Amino acid sequence: MNKTNKKESKLVRNLLILLSIIFLFIMLVMPLVVVLSEALQKGFKLYIDAIQDKYTMKALLLTVEATVFAVIVNTVFGLFAAWSITKYHFKRKRLLTVLIDIPFAISPIIAGLVFILTFGRIGWAKEILDFLDMKIVFAVPGIILGTIFVTFPFISREIIPVLQAQGNDQEEAAAIMGASAFRIFRKVTFPQIKWAFLYGIVLCTARAMGEFGAVSVLSGHLRGKTVTLPLQVEILYSEFNFTAAFAVSSVLVILAIIILIIRNIIEHQMKKAGGNYVRKAS
Amino acid sequence: MKRSRRKQVIPGFGISMGVTLTLLSLIVLIPMASLVINASGVGFSTFWETVTDKRVLSGYYVSLLCSFTAAVVNAVFGVILAWVLVRYDFPFKRFIDGLIELPFALPTAVAGIALTNLYSDKGMIGQFLDQIGIKVAYTRIGIIIAMIFIGIPFVVRTIQPVLEDLDSQYEEAANVLGASKAKIFFRIIFPEIRPALLTGFGLAFARALGEYGSVVFIAGNMPFKTEIAPLLIMGKLEQFDYHGANAIALVMLAFAFLILFAINSLQIHYSKFTKQ
Amino acid sequence: MKRKNLITLGIVTTLLAGILTGCSGNSAEATKTAKSVEITNVSYDPTRELYEAYNVEFAKYWKEKTGQEVTITQSHGGSGKQARSVIEGNEADVVTLALGYDITAIQEAGLIEEGWQSEFDNNSAPYTSTIVFLVRKGNPKQITDWDDLIADGVGIITPNPKTSGGARWNYLAAWAYADQAYNHDENKILEFMKKLYSNVLVLDSGARGATTTFVENGQGDVLLAWENEAYLSMKEYPDEYEIVTPNISILAEPPVAIVDSVVDDRGTREVGAAYLEYLYSDVGQKIAGENYYRPSNPTIAENFKDVFNFDVQLATIDDELFGGWDKAQETHFNDGGTFDQIYDGEIQE
Repeated sequence: MNKTNKKESKLVRNLLILLSIIFLFIMLVMPLVVVLSEALQKGFKLYIDAIQDKYTMKALLLTVEATVFAVIVNTVFGLFAAWSITKYHFKRKRLLTVLIDIPFAISPIIAGLVFILTFGRIGWAKEILDFLDMKIVFAVPGIILGTIFVTFPFISREIIPVLQAQGNDQEEAAAIMGASAFRIFRKVTFPQIKWAFLYGIVLCTARAMGEFGAVSVLSGHLRGKTVTLPLQVEILYSEFNFTAAFAVSSVLVILAIIILIIRNIIEHQMKKAGGNYVRKAS
Repeated sequence: MKRSRRKQVIPGFGISMGVTLTLLSLIVLIPMASLVINASGVGFSTFWETVTDKRVLSGYYVSLLCSFTAAVVNAVFGVILAWVLVRYDFPFKRFIDGLIELPFALPTAVAGIALTNLYSDKGMIGQFLDQIGIKVAYTRIGIIIAMIFIGIPFVVRTIQPVLEDLDSQYEEAANVLGASKAKIFFRIIFPEIRPALLTGFGLAFARALGEYGSVVFIAGNMPFKTEIAPLLIMGKLEQFDYHGANAIALVMLAFAFLILFAINSLQIHYSKFTKQ
Repeated sequence: MKRKNLITLGIVTTLLAGILTGCSGNSAEATKTAKSVEITNVSYDPTRELYEAYNVEFAKYWKEKTGQEVTITQSHGGSGKQARSVIEGNEADVVTLALGYDITAIQEAGLIEEGWQSEFDNNSAPYTSTIVFLVRKGNPKQITDWDDLIADGVGIITPNPKTSGGARWNYLAAWAYADQAYNHDENKILEFMKKLYSNVLVLDSGARGATTTFVENGQGDVLLAWENEAYLSMKEYPDEYEIVTPNISILAEPPVAIVDSVVDDRGTREVGAAYLEYLYSDVGQKIAGENYYRPSNPTIAENFKDVFNFDVQLATIDDELFGGWDKAQETHFNDGGTFDQIYDGEIQE
């Protein structure tokens, strides 16, 4: 390596870092500053009052509940789907991949409407639900279902590109040596996808928490029953309660930050434990 | 799903496919079928009239144009960000890394309100842009800004894991052989991250296409100028015109579907060349 | 392999069904016990503070009268959206929405019986409002009436009538003015409306968004708003805005109704009717006035004469000019209506 090459790379490096920081500052940090400054506009006491409101707390619990369900279901789906798509040969693989992406392709409003057209009063499955004495839309299950739907492809979508980049050689070798599918997955595949998996879970969690469109259609806005945090924000905002609306939004930001801290801890420990799959060139 | 004639090498096909298809059907396919059933309740001519109305055509145009632009910007900055976050060490890196998911966690309406506040001609950023004659809020640029915001995590977070797992020996070899940094990037690294980049681009594009909550605040919603297709869907629903709303929704879905399908095809096309 | 497939399918289905049933329920039962009763009021925004105050008073009144504890679950959102949710299966005992059109839509879905509009006094509207102008302090553009709005250089903020129920009242109020000013000449009225809307800078999707555009983001010179919402903005920013009441406006009557199919199902008709009836009592009327809605009871309204300008001439939706909500909706706001004619144009590259 000659000298100019190194110099050039240092320049490129700094330029790229600068570019990233500027982009993030303008696109992410500034909006965040607006949210926080609006939230604290009328002083800290009002901020705390807004957050401690009975209905806000209930909304927080519901948001957590829906998010947990979404993450569990999507984890199961994501792992199986990514594994099926990358490890086996079958026809119409492309169609399957695209079908999985539908929830991304669809406007959240329509995502909500789709469940209304299925389970609502005008839906075709209404009679079955009445027979079973079940209520899905305008009740908690509808909110959970809506949240699962909009975050459905996240985990599989994170894992698939990694598995595609890795190829199947190792798994096939293991299979020829007689390992079971589960064992291959645990010993060979999982170590490769653990970062992608972690990112997928974090993305899924963040998106599930913040989901507004679909849930708004499915909720019925019953206060204390089917109102999630983003819906609570909407209600407060529509009430001309600007400060409280932003205060509740900041709770979502704080939740997101907590999740990211947890992720960082996990990442740190995983790397410490056996980081042979992470080759960081610094 | 028929298996191809070639026998599977890795065991467990049945159970994996079973779980995948069951969940997919229950959560996505069956509910989606309702949309098609409902839209098919009207005759074809009404459907066609609804989806080819001048206002609606303009809506598709604005939505497609803005979301494509936003996805391109996200793709470029997504690669840069992922690269910087994986390869370099610098102060506040952790903090910056942690910010990436925020656009997901923030309800879209809040994002829209905050962005409009920043980019209106009285806002913190908007007033400077206004001085040099650029109006952002209440124009198509505003729509693009909102769409960039909601799409940031897609590209970054799909490329990041691939970069992290990337085997550095080829790079080192190329380096030793005297290849330039740019050459190493485009010849060795880029093909590796291409599938992830395509995925991220496609997802950001599709997501922006359907976005409603944040865009309506910053768009201005003027017919033929800044009116997006999802807003027209809301307008139809407000008239209790479910069929009309579903018709537009189906067309939008078809657009998104095509985008994702094209990207998938590209991906498979490339993976045939790089693997095997 | 096939059997395994089936087993998996079974497991997953049971699991999912378990999830769904596990969290449902508890809402439908527990109503008809004598000791307590629960009703749901699906309302529009911004009536949260009004009903928060009112629900407390009504619960007291109902307890005194019958000894029953009543719990009221509130739901707030855009009026059209709320009506849709009831049609789609959101079980509301009573609805208190922004326009008759939205309640009629619920009626057409078969959930409310015909004639709901005469079930309570004043077309089933216990409180009313009107459309006013919110201008910046000192009224720099000297806006006093509708014709000032079409002057060059005046920036107007009003939401999109296609997506906002409130915005339809704004539109019709302007129409009512033009009808008088131009002596029922429809072409001239349309021309006036075109000029008016060419001064509109931003068409927000809802009334609240329009207020933010005007107040927080400093766009435009005048905001067309419901009187009660204009007062809420004034309350939030006391010294920055003024309310201008035009000489002609429209009587906005946010109606209330019992959702017959739901109350019959749950046995809550009595309490639901009493809930809406009590809105007309002195207590209910006073709460409405305190939340900047005009009380329909003239004696109570008199107490608020410092707040409301009662001199404004008010057209109503049932005037011959509009012929009720169904007709107004079709003429003006449905696809191809006068609003679409105003915004006829070409796709801009």
